[in-house]
Amino acid sequence: MKRRLIAALFFLMLLGIWELLCRAKIWSPVMMPEPLAVGEYLWESLRDGTLGQATLVTLRRLLIGYLAGVAIGLPLGLLTARFKTVEDTLGVIALGLQTLPSVCWVPLALLWFGQTEMAMLFVVVMGSVWSVVIATDNGVRTVPPIYARAARTMGSRGLHTWLKVILPAALPFIVSGMKQGWAFAWRSLMAAEIFVTILTGFGLGHLLHYGRELHAMDQIIGIMLVIIAIGLLADKILFSPWEKYLHRRWGTD
Amino acid sequence: MTTLAEELNPVSPEKLVVDAVSKTFRARRSAVPALDNVSLTVQEGEFVCLVGPSGCGKSTLLNIIAGLEKPDSGQVLADGKAVTNPGRERMMMFQESALFPWLDVINNVMFGLKLKPNLNHQERREVAEYYLHLVGLDKFLEANVHELSGGMKQRVALARALAPNPRVLLMDEPFAALDALTREQLYSDIQRIWQERRKTIIFVTHNVREAACLGDRVVVFSPHPGRIREQFSIPLPRPRDINSVEVAQYSGEIVKALKQYLPATPETVTANS
Repeated sequence: MKRRLIAALFFLMLLGIWELLCRAKIWSPVMMPEPLAVGEYLWESLRDGTLGQATLVTLRRLLIGYLAGVAIGLPLGLLTARFKTVEDTLGVIALGLQTLPSVCWVPLALLWFGQTEMAMLFVVVMGSVWSVVIATDNGVRTVPPIYARAARTMGSRGLHTWLKVILPAALPFIVSGMKQGWAFAWRSLMAAEIFVTILTGFGLGHLLHYGRELHAMDQIIGIMLVIIAIGLLADKILFSPWEKYLHRRWGTD
Repeated sequence: MTTLAEELNPVSPEKLVVDAVSKTFRARRSAVPALDNVSLTVQEGEFVCLVGPSGCGKSTLLNIIAGLEKPDSGQVLADGKAVTNPGRERMMMFQESALFPWLDVINNVMFGLKLKPNLNHQERREVAEYYLHLVGLDKFLEANVHELSGGMKQRVALARALAPNPRVLLMDEPFAALDALTREQLYSDIQRIWQERRKTIIFVTHNVREAACLGDRVVVFSPHPGRIREQFSIPLPRPRDINSVEVAQYSGEIVKALKQYLPATPETVTANS
């Protein structure tokens, strides 16, 4: 309770400082709108449905792209950890592509897929899949071999050992890899939405882009706040429960 | 491959036969001979301790008996059948408990049971509860592994090894990482359980006192390469106390025997650690 109170006070104070700086007229209000103006924009766009619609479109892309990234990355990571040949070939590609900033995929996606949903998804998948591959591979490699030996003496073999021993043993690594993959997916989707204008759906990135074109600073700051809020919420809703569970089970607090 | 003799005599009085087993570990530039022509016969229900300094191949032999490693030459027969893979009839306990941290205590014990056909969930749970009761951990069924002390972890590992009802229990220095008091408690537990459940136990240790306290027979190994040098039978009544004079006398004899095989490194063997 006390911690929450302090946190609330801190954010109120930030808002206060913002408001004070605006009133001091250091910058032109066109460049730095008041908090109230931003709030007004958010309220208006919420009421006319623009914001909700854009958030829905963005989250849909993010979720589909990210799930595809995990669905592809997890088995690939298992394969690179299991087979030397896959490690020497696909593992190297994964390592290389992971260092490529995901926004670099945008020009390629545009030319390949045109201004379509597919281009968006492609960028999100490419942004997230490699870190999932690497985290899974890493996780499997750090599993103490004694777990598999113990399982073998109890009659576990092949696929059973992988599903019931190696995978759960690597889970803490895999979850942190999935979290990283999520962060990359989010970043790459925003980059894609800012650069790619498509007619099938206006996402948050588009609103940001048009904010710049219209020189609507209240819109730009408002949307940025929404993007931050979604990132925070995703962390709290999607990953926090998993991490808490794992910490409790493994005793790694 | 089964021979005609094995077919005609499927129930051998010997539970385990180690027949001229040799094993060499090869690295890129060196070859370390771990076991050299080792033969050993273990009777049904016997408690055999293998002692020797590190590097004498006793753990390697245990792994070969378990089926976790393959010998370069020779073979291991369990009930007259050649061992090629690990099997539920020979369960293994390790120095580190090797419990699975993603499962709670009872699900760790049920892991091996779930791989056993012809049991439903309720029966598996009952079997697991029975063995956890046997090792004195009825109150910790839902506990997480990291919440247990070292001694409790080894008790769970023991329950997990016992649960699929193996005839043979292979124990690789299971108490080496525990403090002395916990160990003494486990000595009496393992003797009680061995008598109650009539298992065949092969117990690897570098602690001679421990071997003399637990074993019907103590097999002495010498290192580089691992060879069996002498065997002592310990006809003391049970339960035995590790601090008793009789155990100390046997342990003294075994240490004396051991020392003549390692003039260079006498500190690797302890009579009482």
